[in-house]
Amino acid sequence: MSALNPASHGGLSKPALPFSPVTPLIFAALIASYFLFPNHLALATQILVLMIFALSYDLLQGHAGIVSLGHAVFLGLGAYGSAILARWGFTDPLLGLAAGASISALVALVLSPIVVRGSDFTRLLVTLGVASLIHEAANRMRDLTGGADGLADFEVAPLLGLFAFDFEGRTAFLYALTVFALVYAALWRVTTSPFGLALRGIRENSRRMPAIGSPVARHLAVSYLLSGAIAGVGGALLAQTSRFASLDMLGFERSAEIVMVVTLGGTGHIAGVSIGAAAFGLVKDALSTVSPRYWQLGLGVVLMASVFLARGGIGGLIERFGRFGRRA
Amino acid sequence: MNGDFGWALRAATFGLALATGFSPAAAPAADGKLIVGVILPLSGTFANEGRQYEQGIAAYQKLNGKTVAGQPVEIVTRDDQGPGSGDLARRLTQELILRDKADVIIGYSFTPNAMSAASLLGEAKRPAIIVNAATSIITERSPYFVRVSWTLPQSAATLGDWAAKNGIKTVYTMVSDYAPGIDAETWFKKAFIAGGGQVVGEVRTPVTSMEYAPYLQRVIEAKPDALFAFNPGGDVSVAFMKAARERNLAGAGIKLLVTGDVVEDNSLSLIGEGLDGVISAHHYQSGIASAENERFIKAYKEVAGAEAIPNFRAVQAYDAMDLLYKAVAKAGGKTDATALLEAMKGITLASPRGTITIDPQTRDVVQDVYIRRGEKVDGRWQNRTFETYKAVADPGKTAR
Repeated sequence: MSALNPASHGGLSKPALPFSPVTPLIFAALIASYFLFPNHLALATQILVLMIFALSYDLLQGHAGIVSLGHAVFLGLGAYGSAILARWGFTDPLLGLAAGASISALVALVLSPIVVRGSDFTRLLVTLGVASLIHEAANRMRDLTGGADGLADFEVAPLLGLFAFDFEGRTAFLYALTVFALVYAALWRVTTSPFGLALRGIRENSRRMPAIGSPVARHLAVSYLLSGAIAGVGGALLAQTSRFASLDMLGFERSAEIVMVVTLGGTGHIAGVSIGAAAFGLVKDALSTVSPRYWQLGLGVVLMASVFLARGGIGGLIERFGRFGRRA
Repeated sequence: MNGDFGWALRAATFGLALATGFSPAAAPAADGKLIVGVILPLSGTFANEGRQYEQGIAAYQKLNGKTVAGQPVEIVTRDDQGPGSGDLARRLTQELILRDKADVIIGYSFTPNAMSAASLLGEAKRPAIIVNAATSIITERSPYFVRVSWTLPQSAATLGDWAAKNGIKTVYTMVSDYAPGIDAETWFKKAFIAGGGQVVGEVRTPVTSMEYAPYLQRVIEAKPDALFAFNPGGDVSVAFMKAARERNLAGAGIKLLVTGDVVEDNSLSLIGEGLDGVISAHHYQSGIASAENERFIKAYKEVAGAEAIPNFRAVQAYDAMDLLYKAVAKAGGKTDATALLEAMKGITLASPRGTITIDPQTRDVVQDVYIRRGEKVDGRWQNRTFETYKAVADPGKTAR
């Protein structure tokens, strides 16, 4: 993985600049889409959730170097957390968001001792196994989770008591956009902090880091917890804006999908991963509209092409473009 | 389905959409056009089911044309990828209404997908005709739902009642461990116990389990008069039926009772000998002798190929279209939700499965349920009807 990593080219002293000109462009495009495509806000909202989820996984894989095939567990737990709370009558969206983040963070905390140890390969197996267990547990707890039927019978109160969620999805979009902006800023802050740099160090060489006094296990555990919490926020957002929570949200397919999305975006590159997630969501929707039956074929071709043609993903392209610009 | 030209056209639109970065918003529908948004599982594990519905709709249009009450009918199809993707089904519903200006939605093969769209339909004031999703409660979630398919309690409770009245005293139940399975178990037991029967054992099997020998062994040891089983159809049900044959349930003196979707017409050639003597309750089998059914099967084969066998899913989609056409005609060409829903309530249709009615109170289908026995007819395994329960309403609602 790290060979594909654009950030690793820059070395530790020069972290990839997440606040390159690309970042304002991303937000300008998102805000513009609100005005330009008022009929596509539901899609845009789901894409924002995908972007948040991708960023959360990128913190884990791209920055801390922890691979996982079960990251959707935290998305699903966040979704269930807010949906179940809403069913109990606590319908405030911000409260739901906090609940989603807390439950996912809590589970990440419990799991971190077994995920943090071991090599990449054991982590793949452990995360996959844990994800299966939680999936089946959610399936069994039918009274709480609705089992295979999912949860749809909950209300979401107006945001801040003022803005009701409307049919066109305006409130949902602006809400998701705000949350995305906060997550983006928080991750930028975290990954450029000394803690973020330590994570990079661990990713590049986990044996040498203790030698300079860095508590590797604790750093990894904290990044796992943080990543879980952010995925939980994404899940809560997904449940609130689609008024639905189901087993599928913590299933293997979403876990595998997010690995693809982050690879497409370029691991370790916040702006690249954000654009990658948006591109993935848009291409998937466009293809499935053109051919409801054979769209997966098209998606496969696009993904393979991206691996061969754009090494280091979209983030890699941005970096190469940036270097080219500086040299000229 | 739309021919090469249609595909090329869509590819061109797609190119245009990519060029502009986002697909452009659909223009408002021209007046006097009826736009039908169709949501079906067309990719993944359940793509075959999706095909059945799609071809059922196509067969209907082949017979009845693409205009109703002078309005051209335009069909816009979307893929909801199967069960569990309720968030996607909800977004597709919203987009079909907002972008494609759909007047009515037809679709929802799976309960979660219908449930997640329920609140949207009310906000948008658009009726939706359910082509399958069989959990009883769905139609109570939104007054804009009309169900033309079936409910699991309809089949399971009818079978329970029949068993109690036909000399079966003790039953063991074996259902797949998910909501429809639990619906089937609950309603079979309710009707069977009410009729004086006794349930001597019950087990729930994993939804995708392909290995039934150990469960069947336990059933054989319990020596009930019959085993009632439900599983999700497709490969899983074929595996179950084969295992029941191999364990020789019949030889142990245990009758096998199943809901009709376990032994649907499409999988009979795979089940083969396993169908021998199996009792099932269902609302359609291709052997129904009626002019409507003959017409339907002929049109279906013209659309899907001479070898294709339509099952209950194709019939349900065909009837969904019939319900829509008849309702538009009855409402004098009006296509707004109030007029359509009023026209649909209480309407009676001559379906390939027999006469069906939409209950004006519950908006749920009322239909005959056939009790069938698996037999070999003219060298082919079939479900032969020997008793008919007339005009069965959803017990999930009448019981309350």
